[in-house]
Amino acid sequence: MTDGNGATNAIRAQNLCRYYTMGESVVKALDGVSLEVRAGERVALVGASGSGKSTLLHLMAGLDRPTSGSIETQGHDLAAMSSQELAAHRRNTVGMIFQAFHLLPRMTLEENVELPLRLAEMSREERPARVREALERVGLGARSGHRPGELSGGEQQRAAIARALVNRPSILLADEPTGNLDSRNGEEIMRLISGLNESLKMTVVLVTHERKLAASFAERMVVLSDGRLAAEGRPGDPALEALR
Amino acid sequence: MKANDLVELAGRNLRESGFRNALTTLGIAVGVAALVAMLSLGAGLQGLVTSRFDRSGLFNTIGVFTARDFRGMDRNERRSGIMDTNVKPLDAAARKEIAALPDVVEVYPEIRLLTDVSFSSRTLFTSVSGLSPSAKQNEAFEKMHGHFFSSADAPEAILHVDFARDLLAPANAAGDTFSLPAGPREGAGAPEVSDAQLNSLLGKEIILHYGERVPAPAPAEAHVAAASASKPKHGDSRSHEASGPPAEADGPAGDAGETVSFSVVRREQPLRIVGIIDTEPYAGITASSAARVFVPVGLAEKLHPAMASNLRDIMQARPSASENYSALIVRVDDPARVQPTQDALKGMGFRTFSLLDATKSLRRVFVILDLFLAIFGSVALVVASLGIVNTLVMSVLERRREIGVLKALGASDADVKRLFFVEAGVMGIAGGAFGVMLGWLIGRGINFGTNIYLSRQELPHETIILFPLWLIAGAVAFAVIVSLLSGIYPAARAAKLDPVQVLRYE
Repeated sequence: MTDGNGATNAIRAQNLCRYYTMGESVVKALDGVSLEVRAGERVALVGASGSGKSTLLHLMAGLDRPTSGSIETQGHDLAAMSSQELAAHRRNTVGMIFQAFHLLPRMTLEENVELPLRLAEMSREERPARVREALERVGLGARSGHRPGELSGGEQQRAAIARALVNRPSILLADEPTGNLDSRNGEEIMRLISGLNESLKMTVVLVTHERKLAASFAERMVVLSDGRLAAEGRPGDPALEALR
Repeated sequence: MKANDLVELAGRNLRESGFRNALTTLGIAVGVAALVAMLSLGAGLQGLVTSRFDRSGLFNTIGVFTARDFRGMDRNERRSGIMDTNVKPLDAAARKEIAALPDVVEVYPEIRLLTDVSFSSRTLFTSVSGLSPSAKQNEAFEKMHGHFFSSADAPEAILHVDFARDLLAPANAAGDTFSLPAGPREGAGAPEVSDAQLNSLLGKEIILHYGERVPAPAPAEAHVAAASASKPKHGDSRSHEASGPPAEADGPAGDAGETVSFSVVRREQPLRIVGIIDTEPYAGITASSAARVFVPVGLAEKLHPAMASNLRDIMQARPSASENYSALIVRVDDPARVQPTQDALKGMGFRTFSLLDATKSLRRVFVILDLFLAIFGSVALVVASLGIVNTLVMSVLERRREIGVLKALGASDADVKRLFFVEAGVMGIAGGAFGVMLGWLIGRGINFGTNIYLSRQELPHETIILFPLWLIAGAVAFAVIVSLLSGIYPAARAAKLDPVQVLRYE
């Protein structure tokens, strides 16, 4: 699947809606969003709390299903997939990192990073090398035997990035990855993600409410407001600045 | 996820809340132990009773009679005076035919006679019966004085202790040479005899007095008393009595036409006493077990003794009475083969009798007993299964975030479900294995306590607890099945968790 310029689309959303029923009222978390993300592109989804950016990210990850519309990754419509196929999509196509890191506290870093390989049924012989490679890429090769509780917030997020990378996904989805970090660690994590985008040619979709961070990282920014796509453009674009 | 990874993760999760999971597993173990102890007791009691019955020979034995014996008992036939003589005789040919049937391991005639037995200078009137070699397995011979017959036709005798007492008692206390089984003799007046006195009888000789049945010679050559059988004629009484060897016949020894004759010659057979038994052997299903003197059935056959049934033959004018048996005892290799063998015998034209129906009732009783024991044992396991449900539901609540992370990393609903099933299964296997060991210990304890009680009652030790392989495997399998069933609800609950909600709020 290509866009008008002949570049391949990593993600393509068409009139995407996600409604939640809360009692008798219907909450429109996403309401008719259409969006394309090219392969290898760095896109930031920005907006206020409740604007629908995390919902869009979850739909891209295959953690949730749209109420209507379609969302395709690499040409496959996630809305039409079975739960088994969605699980395979999460294992093989996307890697996710979260604001709260979500490392399992009773496992060492090595074991945390190995989890996606277990789920992907990779042989035991191949796993250690892949885990070592991922941890070294994020600079935690020497901390593999440590438990998450023994690491700083920045180190934990780096470990979470290693876990997201270990299955070599083509898309990295980051949900407020610096939200729990101080500014120095936040910048360090964003540099790491940018480096992965460049070295591995990974498509990166970043969800953040920090415009400055988004502008320093993204090639393109998408602004969501009340579940609708309000604007999109390159950082510094006057149309985006007008939405401040 | 691969099975070994599932087991590894499940084991890690179980270790994480080790104490709680250990208590849950202990609950399963106690449930399994109760079940195992109950069922092993049921199996043990059943084994005890059935082995006793098997050894008694009661349940793999069939009594075979001619159809005429039963027909003769029919009131209508007796009234009409019609006696069908065209029935298959129970003779040597029939015995050979029966022995050739599949599953039949032994066929021997029932030989029982009321006669005199002499010892020293005294003569006692008693009942003598033939015993087959297989009767040796009967528990009556377990703790006998002396030993069983050395061969199937040895000139040996085994005495019932009542008869042995009579032999040892002074002549005036011996009931005036009368010793017939007449119920328990342990009442007032039964002479006390020590083991040493009983043992003193072993190796001694007794003389069996009996009448040998021999084919009657031609009337002119008769040197012995003869009895003849013929069709009844009015005013024609032809029964004769033997009066000692050699005896003169006091009348014509036979008749022409369909008459079949045999003579009865008085004989003596010395027998060496080789054993004395306390209880009656239930070697057969007829009255032979109630005798007081037992001889090898092979010897009894060789003696050709005249029995009460021969007199009946004479009275009913049966043909070829010389070779007919009053009854044959057929032993099959397995109580389960009694029914088909009985059917085959009926097909051959004989009447049969067995305790098969009693066996069926006994088995039914044990099935019901086992069922009740299993139900009581299962109650504990059901309670334990609620413990598993509780533990796993708690585990799902505590591990919501972990489940959400697993799903975000690519675990399917089925993977999550399987993980909880494996955790339940591991608890089931561990609880089942530990429970079997615990149940075994409880069973051994019950057995030990029972045997102490039996010892105090001066009764022999018994094994009332059995642990057959099916019980051990079945208990572990049952524990695993119950655990897996208990895991259904928690596993489904875990699989249904919405990762978006979980990751947002945990």
